[in-house]
Amino acid sequence: MTNAQTVAAAPLPPSATRRNESSASWRLTDRIGLAFAWFLGLLFCMITAAIVLYLLVQGITYLRPSLLVTNPSSGFSESQTGGFLDPLIDTVVIAAMSMAIAVPIGIAIAVWLSEFGRPAVLARVVESTIEMLAGTPSILLALFGTLLFEAPWLGFLSRTSGSVVFGRSFFAAAAMLSLLALPLVVTSVREGLQAIPSHVREASYAVGKTKTATTRRVLLPAARPSVLTGSMLGLGRVIGDTAIVVLLLGNTVTNDPSGSVPILSTLRGTGSTLTSYVFFNAPTGDGDQPGKAYAAAFVLLLMVLALNLGVDLVGRRGRSFRWSS
Amino acid sequence: MDDDGVLIDEQFPAGPDRRAELTLGALVCVVVGLVLAMFVFILHEGWPSFAHNGLHWFGAGGDVDNQIGAIYTSGNSAARAVYTFHAWPLIWSTILIVGSSVVIAFVCSLFVAVFIVEFAPGWMQAVLGPVVRLLAMVPSVVYGLLGVLVLVPFINNNLIGEQAKASVSPIITLDGYSLLAAVVILAVMIAPLMIAIFVNGLRAVPRGWLEGSLALGINPWRTVWKVGVRTARPALVAGTVLATARGVGEAVMLSMVSGSVGFAPNPADGLVFIYEPSRPIAATIIDNIDGLTSPPMRHTLYALGAVLLFSAALLSFAGWAAKQPMRRYGVVA
Repeated sequence: MTNAQTVAAAPLPPSATRRNESSASWRLTDRIGLAFAWFLGLLFCMITAAIVLYLLVQGITYLRPSLLVTNPSSGFSESQTGGFLDPLIDTVVIAAMSMAIAVPIGIAIAVWLSEFGRPAVLARVVESTIEMLAGTPSILLALFGTLLFEAPWLGFLSRTSGSVVFGRSFFAAAAMLSLLALPLVVTSVREGLQAIPSHVREASYAVGKTKTATTRRVLLPAARPSVLTGSMLGLGRVIGDTAIVVLLLGNTVTNDPSGSVPILSTLRGTGSTLTSYVFFNAPTGDGDQPGKAYAAAFVLLLMVLALNLGVDLVGRRGRSFRWSS
Repeated sequence: MDDDGVLIDEQFPAGPDRRAELTLGALVCVVVGLVLAMFVFILHEGWPSFAHNGLHWFGAGGDVDNQIGAIYTSGNSAARAVYTFHAWPLIWSTILIVGSSVVIAFVCSLFVAVFIVEFAPGWMQAVLGPVVRLLAMVPSVVYGLLGVLVLVPFINNNLIGEQAKASVSPIITLDGYSLLAAVVILAVMIAPLMIAIFVNGLRAVPRGWLEGSLALGINPWRTVWKVGVRTARPALVAGTVLATARGVGEAVMLSMVSGSVGFAPNPADGLVFIYEPSRPIAATIIDNIDGLTSPPMRHTLYALGAVLLFSAALLSFAGWAAKQPMRRYGVVA
């Protein structure tokens, strides 16, 4: 999958057609076409601005500091149903857990693809698998996760009653969400590694470094911006995903721990994230409290905006650094 | 890279490199195995539903929602499990929604991509890049929420007339949850994916080819469309395929705005049909997750999942095949 970050992060090549000539001499159809392109470009900006501003207004209207520190509870009006402390914390927890799985594995796969990649057949299979994974709907990963984590030997990761494994827990959701982030991490890191010219590797080999040492000490530090970019794009997908959370996190309104060990019990239990909270509280969901949904969606949008800014900053910093070849 | 590897390995036959390669290779195999397992598991779990219905599974017949209800309840009773299921309304809804939004998004994305690469002034480029990325990153549930609370009421109040509602009232109620809402929002969701890939493809077009055309006195607009866009065709296909895959798999947003009724919008109704509700495959799965506890329902849901998986795999293959011609010229888009 080609990443979205490349729109901005790629250096702007000198354009062949970009000249300061007016379009006055063009045919009418061409000028209409150009006007249409301008219109669509502006339309996209306007849609984005509308989404952000609308959610900003709704967020300011409905978001109260108290919402961020109280847990959801049942009640008859929006003033009684509490806030979204648990979903907020769970979002952070689950994002951290899935990135803790996706980033190391993603880097490992990218390193293998870029630096080893033998036998070539396996490399091609891995490439298409990653591409396939990038195009796999998250609902399928959720269905797969349901099957996987209901297996008896994975019972220690979720709630069990007798021999029946419930199969829904933070572990299950994080594992499947990491598969969602994996292709983005792999693609980005791999692009970063491949952008490093081979003479850098040769220089390292020439002073007697092994391939492992070269990768660890030279290549990965040099590819750090792409690791960061890939992680943030992956994080964006993890935070924004709903299907996996709804199916595999159990979608209980508050955290529902399983067992007695303090942290482990929470992670084995069920919960909800901001996305499933929004889904639940939308008019189509069971909660039907649009005010709460707007407030949570606003917080979600702020997270995404922050990530977007992060990708931008990393991209800009990465651009100032060029290999001379 | 391969040549380096061989050279180094001859010098250092054993040791940490060998170990690292094997460890990483094993990890890679595990991930590949996991994806393969996904195919096997989902297909296996969904097989009973296909086996009971045969090819009629894909056909039309009866009310899908009633069938789903019967399948679900049959799981709780001691009587024989019911499997009768005709998924055509769901499939048709998926085709309609994804097809039309891909067409709309493709045209818009192509113009925007051309604009970004060749015609937008610097400041506009600087704005459009982050804008496109942000649109791609907005969670689908947020799109769904905006659709439910803004677009759906708007369609219901302003676009659907009483006459239109009356004309189909014996069959279906029109309340704004519609094909139109789903298509519009899905188009906004998938267009950024297309734009990102189209832009990469257009940027990868060798400058000399464009300059050659300009040197012949062809204006920049024509040059881009006749040379640039044509050269970037594989990237266009790849982007479209990826966006289609995303659209086919979109469950949450579509379950919110599409109306969640197992109804096949009928173009024969005239223009009203774009206001008719429906429910695509992926949304059906997420709407019925409670049904996972009922064995026959579970098999049916996994069968729907298997159809999605098959289309995703097919699309992924098509995308891969589309990229090959570009590689021949050493252009990696």
